[in-house]
Amino acid sequence: MTEVLVLAEHTADGEVKKVTLELLTAAKRLGAPSVVWAGPGAESAAARLGEYGAEKVYAADSADFADYPVAPAAELLAQLVGQVSPAAVLVAGTTEGKEIAGRLAVKTGSGVLTDAVNVTAGDNGAPLAEQPNFGGSITVHSTVKAGTPIIAVRPNAISPEASPGAGAVEAVSFVASDAAKSARVTERVVAEKGERPDLTEAQIVVSGGRGTGSADGFGIIEKLADSLGAAVGASRAVTDAGWYPHAFQVGQTGKTVSPQLYVAVGISGAIQHRAGMQTSKTIMAVNKDPEAPIFEIADYGVVGDLFQVLPQLIDEISKHKG
Amino acid sequence: MNIVVCVKQVPDTELERSLVPGDNTVNRASADGVINYLDEFAIEAGLQLAEAHGGEVTILSMGPAKAAESIRKALSMGADKAVHVIDDALAGSDALATSLALAEALKAVGFELVIFGSESTDARTGMVPAMVAERLGVPQLTLASKVDISGTDVTIRRLTDDGYQVVTGSLPAVVSVVEKANEPRYPTFKGIMAAKKKPVQVLSLTDLNLDAGSVGLTGAASWVEDFAARPPRQAGVVVKDEGDGGAKAAGFLAERKFI
Repeated sequence: MTEVLVLAEHTADGEVKKVTLELLTAAKRLGAPSVVWAGPGAESAAARLGEYGAEKVYAADSADFADYPVAPAAELLAQLVGQVSPAAVLVAGTTEGKEIAGRLAVKTGSGVLTDAVNVTAGDNGAPLAEQPNFGGSITVHSTVKAGTPIIAVRPNAISPEASPGAGAVEAVSFVASDAAKSARVTERVVAEKGERPDLTEAQIVVSGGRGTGSADGFGIIEKLADSLGAAVGASRAVTDAGWYPHAFQVGQTGKTVSPQLYVAVGISGAIQHRAGMQTSKTIMAVNKDPEAPIFEIADYGVVGDLFQVLPQLIDEISKHKG
Repeated sequence: MNIVVCVKQVPDTELERSLVPGDNTVNRASADGVINYLDEFAIEAGLQLAEAHGGEVTILSMGPAKAAESIRKALSMGADKAVHVIDDALAGSDALATSLALAEALKAVGFELVIFGSESTDARTGMVPAMVAERLGVPQLTLASKVDISGTDVTIRRLTDDGYQVVTGSLPAVVSVVEKANEPRYPTFKGIMAAKKKPVQVLSLTDLNLDAGSVGLTGAASWVEDFAARPPRQAGVVVKDEGDGGAKAAGFLAERKFI
């Protein structure tokens, strides 16, 4: 069976991110999944990758991937595309993943599809990607006409399915070119998110908007999120006002999330915000304005003052946990 | 410093947007065209850097005749001149073809610093700045919330999924900025009047030595097979808080097995 390359997303200390398992699940529909592991730690990750269908794990152990963003990873993928002529290359549809996909497309003269929420084998087994467009108001199906299909898959859109594979590690010799090392990382700063899950990977996201009134007021959003084991999101009004860091903005110009449950608190639901969250499976909203557009798309809405509703909700949740 | 800011005209995100049945491209005829909102931050970044370090800001836009309106608006914010890449054969270009045309235009026009917005609000691929950097073989300094230039070094704060990285490269370089980078200025009356007289150079595919078959729908490497409007979400239950709103919400979460 033809190989399908999957670029692994992993933390700096080598932990496999959930989106990698989602990519493996999609890859399995197109051929034999081979993980491409950029950086150290492939040996210890191989068993987990094998559980989700990886037949091979190409391990390129180099510090260049951490020291130089995007370009070295694109070079590594281009090298492997040349070596194994895969049926497709799948990457995570994160900002960095999409940039890697873009550079790989230029290097290999290939078509690239971004923000896929599903990938299936279409006619002749070639990949067919489903993409929400215009903030989810239109769904399109796309294919690639030239080169090796490159697809960036939105995190949290495909459910990972365990399926045993050999997970055989194969060392790849890779040396990044000087051109790929022209932009160098000199410092890394991680925003404090405590023990909360990643926004784009979380099963539950609790987001706060203008209705929280201040950075202090926004604290109650974090409390509700923690009671649900959820990630925290924010509307543009909140990040613009500096009440919460920009990295947590959900919307047209921020992150796009599709969790199982999205709780919108004090968010009116303007089109800018809906574009980032309306593919969530279940939506709950709390807002004091009964006319707020968020109620038009919410499965459950509470009209009321968030500072009255949330403390009671948090209390009920903790009672429920016993 | 010779700064080129790439600007795209897009359908207004505040209005209904659609695709054209048949070739499945973005319907640009029926929609009001506006400057891609995220490109306004790129224009502002260019203007601020030129003010601080000297030099000229050139607007580069690829698009149909209508895009001239957005080019004028960018000029009215204070850019010095513009280049409009226009050719019927460019219609329907995907990100790969767009990056090719822009890279060739940049080579023709000349640049020290190229600035993009982080993505367009219509296609939202977020790939074009990286693709152009790849094609030009210059440092990619993208997703910047802050851009500093010192001598020939460009240093940015690159937003990542969990915070930011400080990334450095040398001019010439390609930068993209996110909306945290600055506060775009509004055109002044004086700026609007001045913009009418600023030069706009028009370039066709022939001027760029590009073959019509390498761009547009005929050259597209990716293809939209079909599209459909997503079924609208049905509004669910809405209750009024009468001192029991939190408890009711908890009841809903329990019923759906979230707690």
